[in-house]
Amino acid sequence: MNMIANGPLIKTEKLVKSYPMGQQPLMALDSVDLSFGEGEFAGLVGPSGSGKTTLLNIIGSLDVPTSGSVTTIQRKIEALTHREAAELRNRHIGFIFQTFNLLPVYSVFENVEFPLLLLGYPAVERKLAVMKSLELVHLADRHRSRPAQLSGGQSQRVAIARAIVKKPAIVLADEPTANLDAENSHNILKIMENLNQELGTTFIFATHDEKVIGYLRRKISLIDGHVSRDEIVSKNTERRD
Amino acid sequence: MLVPRLAVRNLIGAGLKAWLNGIVLSISFLAIITTQALLKGMYEQTAEAMIETHLGGGQYWQNNYDPYDPLSLQNAHSEIPETLEGLIDKGKATAILTIQGTIYPEGRIRPVLIKGIDPDQQILNLPSKVLRPDSDPIPVLIGQRMSEATGLRQGDFFTLQWRDANGTFDARDATVKMVMKTSVQSIDVGQIWISLERLRRLAEMPNEATMVVLQRGLTNNLQPERWSFKSQDYLLQDVTEMVRSKSMGSLIIYVLLLCLALLAIFDTQIFSIFRRKKEIGTLMALGMTRGRVIRLFTLEGAMQAGLGALIGAAYGIPLLSLFAEKGWTLLETTDSYGFALGEKLYPVFTLGIVAGTTILVFIATTVVSYLPTRQISKLEPTEALRGRVL
Repeated sequence: MNMIANGPLIKTEKLVKSYPMGQQPLMALDSVDLSFGEGEFAGLVGPSGSGKTTLLNIIGSLDVPTSGSVTTIQRKIEALTHREAAELRNRHIGFIFQTFNLLPVYSVFENVEFPLLLLGYPAVERKLAVMKSLELVHLADRHRSRPAQLSGGQSQRVAIARAIVKKPAIVLADEPTANLDAENSHNILKIMENLNQELGTTFIFATHDEKVIGYLRRKISLIDGHVSRDEIVSKNTERRD
Repeated sequence: MLVPRLAVRNLIGAGLKAWLNGIVLSISFLAIITTQALLKGMYEQTAEAMIETHLGGGQYWQNNYDPYDPLSLQNAHSEIPETLEGLIDKGKATAILTIQGTIYPEGRIRPVLIKGIDPDQQILNLPSKVLRPDSDPIPVLIGQRMSEATGLRQGDFFTLQWRDANGTFDARDATVKMVMKTSVQSIDVGQIWISLERLRRLAEMPNEATMVVLQRGLTNNLQPERWSFKSQDYLLQDVTEMVRSKSMGSLIIYVLLLCLALLAIFDTQIFSIFRRKKEIGTLMALGMTRGRVIRLFTLEGAMQAGLGALIGAAYGIPLLSLFAEKGWTLLETTDSYGFALGEKLYPVFTLGIVAGTTILVFIATTVVSYLPTRQISKLEPTEALRGRVL
């Protein structure tokens, strides 16, 4: 596992996340200790309600822990202000959602361009970066289309392009294949695997889809908010199908 | 510049929805502006008609004169002071003598005010020339309302009775020389006009008057004894008060229309939050700060108001110009409102009304766009992404 100079890219220590629910709080995550290094292609695996998405959200600074500590790219998530958390997401983290979450009134180009606009990139650089990202997901020819004109697989590829356009250190993908058929699922997983290898971007998935699991190089199993197993998966292409 | 740029992009991207909202807003804009313009037109038209036919540039009243006390008329006359006489001689003022009298049209009895005016005067826009020659029966000018109330028509004869300065009753025959059409009730209802000199002779009030009406625009600095000056503003007080009381009613309509416009925007914004909650979550996940999200949505609302103003201007300017030119034909019952409006009401669109309403709607729209978006700032990104609103 590669680590950045001052430690791992992501580290959770005794991470607890609970939600008030009647007398007894609901424990979504219970004392989770994990580390992720650069270039990982890892997955949080488990049934619904096991805490996968919650953990992904906290790592991505979309949520905060109830107790314990989470460090993402040397920033303590629990100590960040809303503005700092937004900046962390803006600069270093790309998100891929189950339902694609493309901005409906924007074109494909504008959707992918959006993170760069927030970062204040000049127009020329934006155009180059957007077109390069779209080429990586094989959608350069659809850059003028609207999300409503795309298939599910194409929409998710746009979402991937948007996630990687700013060359983030981490891409967090929450059930990225849940709304896709098998062929599209394999296509986008191959794309993400290539990007991971070419760009060295860390990919962390939250999934219970066997197709995704088949691509993972590290599998972290979660049950009821606990890490039940953390294993390095040896390459076996047969498992993918 | 990012937020304005995104707001424009969102507005363009919203397509038909943005246009529909803009059209609804533009209707509200125009309705509010038109209401205000009609009210202003009502006041100006009334004031103008009254100034033209009755008030002139202000009036000198004999000190005993009280228009609200008919009994005071018996003593509300005296010789015209030299200073005012000088103005009358120069054609800058005209005298009016008013006494009480009775007419007997078609055998009925009817109390009236008999008003004497110089037939050659040019201060008030009255057809006083018809009162010449000063012959018998006495030539009389009456208004349309008076004609309808008494049944007197042009050429009709009737008996006119009055009491002179000594308290002696006398009577003569009179004939209607003309029935004038006027929107001003205060020169029409319950009164007849005859030649000033004739009235002075009949009432034995030589060189006397009840009031002296000044030419419009005449600067007044005279202070004659036993006479007091009543400015145009003072004389228009009743109209101003009446318009003000009507304004309260129209203020309610104004507020309702404004609320309607704001409701449209407020609904749109609230609806946007519900519909776009996932989008808001996505914006936050992509790294947009809460402040920027609030600014974006607020600006979108303001731009929507701007679009409404542009659409309103596109069809409103020709439409309202035509309206201002053609006016609004009033119902006959409008005469009973107490305003000298005439047959048509012409709205007056001023820069103040247009700019004031536009700015007010613009600010209010921005505020009601801000309020729901402020709620977004309380929304956690994860809640927004799940599509859950506060």
